Amino acid sequence: MACNGSGCDSSCYKDEEPTTPCKQSSNSQHSDSTEPNTLCIKCKVNDAVSGYGGIDDGRFCADCFKNNLFGKFRFAVTSNAMITPTDKVLVAFSGGPSSRLALQFVHDMQERAQKNFDASRDRSLPVFGVGVVFVDESAVLPIPSNEIEEAAEVVSEVVSCLAPPRKELHFVPIETLYSSGSNDGKERLIKLVNSVSDSTGREDMLLYLRMLMLQKVASEFGYNRIVLGSCISRIACHVISATVKGQGYSLPADIQYVDARQEIPVVLPLRDCFAQEINMFCRLDGLKTIKLSTGPCSSINGLVSSFVALLQEENPSRESTIVRTAGKLIPFQFNRIPEIIDGNVPLATRRRQKRYNLKSNESVSSESFCPLCNSPLDKSEIVDTSNLDNHRSSSELFHTTCCSSCRFQILPRDSMSMEEFYKDLPQPMITRAKQANGDNLSLLREQIQDCLLSDGEDET
Amino acid sequence: MNERMEEGKRVGRLCCLCNQRRASLKRPKTLQNICRECFYTVFEDEIHQVIINNKLFTPGERIAIGASGGKDSTVLAYVLSKLNRLHNYGLHLFLLSVDEGITGYRDDSLETVHRNQIQYGLPLQIVSYKDLYGWTMDDIVNLIGFKNNCTFCGVFRRQALDRGATLLKADKLVTGHNADDIAETVLLNLLRGDIARLSRCTSITTGEDDGFVLHFSLFQSLTPSLTYAYFKKLDYFSTECIYSPNAYRGFAREFIKDLERMRPKAILDIIKSGENFRISNSTKMPEQGTCQRCGYISSQKWCKACVLLDGLNRGLPKLGIGRSRASVGSKKTIESKQFKDEEACELLLLFVARNVSLAASEHHIRSGSGSVSVIVYGDQDKLALMTYHPDLAGLVTLYILVSLRFWRACCLSVLARLLTKWNEIDDLINGQEAFTRFRKKNHVLESFSSKLSFVKNG
Repeated sequence: MACNGSGCDSSCYKDEEPTTPCKQSSNSQHSDSTEPNTLCIKCKVNDAVSGYGGIDDGRFCADCFKNNLFGKFRFAVTSNAMITPTDKVLVAFSGGPSSRLALQFVHDMQERAQKNFDASRDRSLPVFGVGVVFVDESAVLPIPSNEIEEAAEVVSEVVSCLAPPRKELHFVPIETLYSSGSNDGKERLIKLVNSVSDSTGREDMLLYLRMLMLQKVASEFGYNRIVLGSCISRIACHVISATVKGQGYSLPADIQYVDARQEIPVVLPLRDCFAQEINMFCRLDGLKTIKLSTGPCSSINGLVSSFVALLQEENPSRESTIVRTAGKLIPFQFNRIPEIIDGNVPLATRRRQKRYNLKSNESVSSESFCPLCNSPLDKSEIVDTSNLDNHRSSSELFHTTCCSSCRFQILPRDSMSMEEFYKDLPQPMITRAKQANGDNLSLLREQIQDCLLSDGEDET
Repeated sequence: MNERMEEGKRVGRLCCLCNQRRASLKRPKTLQNICRECFYTVFEDEIHQVIINNKLFTPGERIAIGASGGKDSTVLAYVLSKLNRLHNYGLHLFLLSVDEGITGYRDDSLETVHRNQIQYGLPLQIVSYKDLYGWTMDDIVNLIGFKNNCTFCGVFRRQALDRGATLLKADKLVTGHNADDIAETVLLNLLRGDIARLSRCTSITTGEDDGFVLHFSLFQSLTPSLTYAYFKKLDYFSTECIYSPNAYRGFAREFIKDLERMRPKAILDIIKSGENFRISNSTKMPEQGTCQRCGYISSQKWCKACVLLDGLNRGLPKLGIGRSRASVGSKKTIESKQFKDEEACELLLLFVARNVSLAASEHHIRSGSGSVSVIVYGDQDKLALMTYHPDLAGLVTLYILVSLRFWRACCLSVLARLLTKWNEIDDLINGQEAFTRFRKKNHVLESFSSKLSFVKNG
């Protein structure tokens, strides 16, 4: 999912080589990039390999390197309570290395959990479920049809390889976002995307639509987590590009391990892994990845990712510096897994979750979100729609509830095309806008709560 | 520039503010087509609003204008003197220039400033690096080359401006930083993880007591200021610094230029993001204090200018630039087991331990064989850097550059070789007792000291 957008090409695919088909062996005989006489500093048995970048490059052998990377993943998962035994996890798989690795690691975890389950006597801890989703964006991106067919084959092969435990694959075209009873979904979608004149805006719009699609699949099939393969390189690019787009307020919301602002929480377990490491892992293990040709990229996102790649070349820890700096910004309240109130969930699970959630005591609460990009809105950006006159059309109302960045780069300027744009929006975004308007009212109500007298109040 | 004008003429649109004259430029900020006269008004009004809204000046103040001769500061000097007359600010304005001593660049731009002095009738004060620090930029570049010389220039210039302002008895110092500069600073601070500067770099004023800096035309992009200078036919100097092509800032500048081409609004968006960053309260911020050597504001014991200057004067120009992991001769000295007696080691250990907590400090140790001055540089948890030079003792001057991992061992052995009669170290009379106390607190040191005794015995 994460790295197949056209924004990240420069850094995520840098070291990719033609890969060999599904081969799960993890031997350390890949000696193509091995220096002959350096031993791994960890196990001191095997030869160290290089090529995964960072300050540790060339210090570990293939096995230790892979264990380290898996360790980073597992630490992120357990310390943020991303996956618990009762969960059903949906992995967003784009075919790129990052999401391929995320899928692999989730599978490894599930396999271990299954083994433990089979071995345990009382079988009290269930094994979490895993599903895979691939979003087919060929309707709005210039992807050749044979590539999509090929991708479909590869994806189903990869997923079927990763069993047992069996994983369900959801191969969904993005136009199914407009499912309920409309046959013109594809046309509307194409019209919607084409009405965005700014190339960066179009790219971002597609990203938001993709996210909506993931949410839709997850809620339809009963998943309660969405796993993205966003790596540190990707997040560093996002930090810079969000800064450039003037989204400094909402930026911290997007770069945490957990993002639960929508119905299904989204988790980023590869947040600490570099793209180069991920590519190396895929190469070592022969994990099959695909790259769809999406045409040239002339957006700000593309410029930013090539800039970050340049900086990373000059200093191998630049990306992590950027992410750490942005990590000093205060996250939002929704940047953690919501508390489970359900009594059916084992007490141990609840307790563990509570413990990990405790550490984020400093956060910002935000009640209003942009209906397009779903970023939290700064107080100065919230327009009080209740004071506006009722003659305004719903498209104008929609315009006022969007964040300034979306207004600039996505929404059409004149009201005629805005009307059209609004008509072609998928239902969830419209619902979100309406909710936002309602929420503003309730926010207002909250602020004057002390002065309000309730009708049923009889106490004297 | 010319393209814009031609475009305006070709389209032949009227100014959308006055609707009378033909529009001659498109403002990047608002994308409005406006005419020349309206542009002056809008531009000057905006500056006026910034000044009024932020209550930047009070009548009767002495204001120093940082003037480089470039377009921004020329526009600043012009607009400020005009607004001062127009709105009766009642300010006494001065031009303040810094002469870095860059042949072929600064000498030419200073001529422009001299002309401006006559044109606007403002008194001019020039402070030079040569007078303040004894070094010109030409000398510095000769010594350290083209890489990193901007570090010296930038640090020295900031301080030179403040010193010049003090010379002029100015209450406030105004600089012509524009939106591009601020955006660039936001990005750079983000890239190198400078969270303290990231949180304050977008504010319009800096400093507390001795004057503050106004970020001129914070809400303008570079082009308007250039346009203003162009239309007003102001006399300004435009050449890139001859030493700057290798600056690290260039990276970010290029990126910002590309961004601006793609989306002019991006620059203002970066500043907006910078203003909206909410830094977590739990983040450790450096405390602002004063330099022990020159009294300038500094978060360390010594201000950056003093550290750099000291490095230059000692022939160690790389001092204080980046973090070097090179450890000159450190391995050798560790292995040369020259410790004479345990007591001496412990005393020294204490000395070192004390200095760990007092980063960037200078100590004089006198002993029977002469005196040694010990200087510790660096941040507490980053690179620790020490230099020793025994003065008047006729010994060879030793400079040691060590990484944190080795520096304790290093200085121990070196001092052990330099000083022979440990008991005479005046600085550490009651050291033994203090050291025992310290050792209880710090098991790292303890293990280190046991290792030392092991080395000694073996």
